[in-house]
Amino acid sequence: MKQTLAQKLVARAAGRRSVTPGEIVTCKVDLAMVHDSSGPRRVKPMLERLGAKVWDPKKLVVITDHYLPEYDDESRKILRIAREWVREAGVDNFYDKQGICHVVLPERGHLQPGMFAVGGDSHSPTGGAFAAYMFGVGATEMLGVLVTGEIWLKVPHTIAMEFDGAFGKGVSAKDVMLFLIGRFGLDGGQYQAVEYRGPAIRKLPMQERMTLCNMTAELGGQTGLIASDETTFEYLGKGEVWNGDPDAPVLAHHRFRADELAPQVAAPHSPANTRPASDFSERIDLAYIGACTGAKLEDLRMAAQVLRGRKSRVKLQVAPASLRDQQTAEREGTLKVLLDAGAELLANSCGMCAGYGEHVLGENTVAISTTARNFKGRMGAASAQVYLASPYTVAASAVTGRITDPRGMLQ
Amino acid sequence: MKAWVFGDNVDTDAIAPGRYMKFGIEEIARHCMEGVDEKFSRTVKAGDVVVGGRNFGTGSSREQAPEALKHLGVSALVAESFAGLFYRNAINLGLPAVVCPDAKRIRPGDELRVDYAAGKITDLTTGETLRAEPIPPFLAQLIRDGGLLPHLEKRLRTTS
Repeated sequence: MKQTLAQKLVARAAGRRSVTPGEIVTCKVDLAMVHDSSGPRRVKPMLERLGAKVWDPKKLVVITDHYLPEYDDESRKILRIAREWVREAGVDNFYDKQGICHVVLPERGHLQPGMFAVGGDSHSPTGGAFAAYMFGVGATEMLGVLVTGEIWLKVPHTIAMEFDGAFGKGVSAKDVMLFLIGRFGLDGGQYQAVEYRGPAIRKLPMQERMTLCNMTAELGGQTGLIASDETTFEYLGKGEVWNGDPDAPVLAHHRFRADELAPQVAAPHSPANTRPASDFSERIDLAYIGACTGAKLEDLRMAAQVLRGRKSRVKLQVAPASLRDQQTAEREGTLKVLLDAGAELLANSCGMCAGYGEHVLGENTVAISTTARNFKGRMGAASAQVYLASPYTVAASAVTGRITDPRGMLQ
Repeated sequence: MKAWVFGDNVDTDAIAPGRYMKFGIEEIARHCMEGVDEKFSRTVKAGDVVVGGRNFGTGSSREQAPEALKHLGVSALVAESFAGLFYRNAINLGLPAVVCPDAKRIRPGDELRVDYAAGKITDLTTGETLRAEPIPPFLAQLIRDGGLLPHLEKRLRTTS
């Protein structure tokens, strides 16, 4: 029987030769990742109640990113629990103040094609960019994994999103996802596996592929997947080919011409509220370049392409997604371009994207942001208006003070 | 068993706002749904049922979303469809999440009886019976045990 990439990955983890979409299987987990919010502070009391230990501390990665920088008693306590617990539990894979979990995890070599992984965060499908089956779970379900090393799964159907040709100048993975979410809705992925394919996807660098899989969360898929290839191996330094059988049956196969896609913007208060950037001209108060989905090295480079030699007319805040990406951006001059444009540099953490910390949106603020969700009140005040867009579009809008199609600034 | 009816795509930031995540469930529950219905957390009664449209619980993996609803006494969730991650979280906490294609027929305040294992919702106010998807037996067992944590507790006790 022909198998999709998702089926092959699930079959391996279930110890089976093949699996059928819809059947329920139990999978062995190769890797579990938690952060400070969903991790130690939630699972520690439950493990104690059970008198249980982590099934295999080598397979657990703990990353702090939500309550950084610590700013009050509660956040200090949450971080303290995380730091103490990794020692008690014997977890060596602990990254503190290194950046956002979805970016740090592959950056430090924890993901490999063929793996089956779970993360205690909804944007865990990011790992699918490396041809690993990775999805998000809540704290209690994570407890189950930590105790048993296993998890149940309804074998997903695959929804194929194929892009022919090549994306145009000023069009990025974020535009692809805002377009798809606008077209198919927040439940378009039907909690199945969404596989991104085609020549335009093959040409994308690794971190752009991560953005596609990351925002599969907003598309409502369980995971987003991309077959591994030379780009994957170059990023990881090694790796196996994992791909689906050609002509394996899929639930739906959507084909698009990449060169027809324009920069997209999602208006308040839903990532599905999407139209081409050129339809908008709203005034903004703040431009925010942050989050796992919007402030990786590739994202900072896109913003810098627009901002080189220009100044932001509005408050511009940049929170690079990982410390390592920030250091690379500093070395290569990308960061200087952003700072010269007037950007204020914030910590390598989730920050405003999820409404954590001291930098959140004030009353009636109109913001354009590279983050993943613009639900009412998520990034701060309920009266704030958040537009989602690519780093190119956010940078161009910062320069003009209005929502702006970036292509005119990339000549 | 009064029904509280909400629309499509009710997100986890509405159910359990991120700015309260640093607190315990008591404080989070106090702000449950405040962006959608300010009175909800103060007036919902033990046993009430929350009814949603499509994709109920979209967004974050934070299980404090279903946990807050459960903490307030909500006995079951009924929706046309649930966001997958939220669905798993609800069941893992022992809160039945029942998929009912006709959920939109339920009116606010209707008296409901929900049989999650059989997949049957009785609207006592209208006299209608709505067909729902039965929760698979192994998940129904999780719910009967009170969620994954007590379920594991039971399992570890019997194996040791």
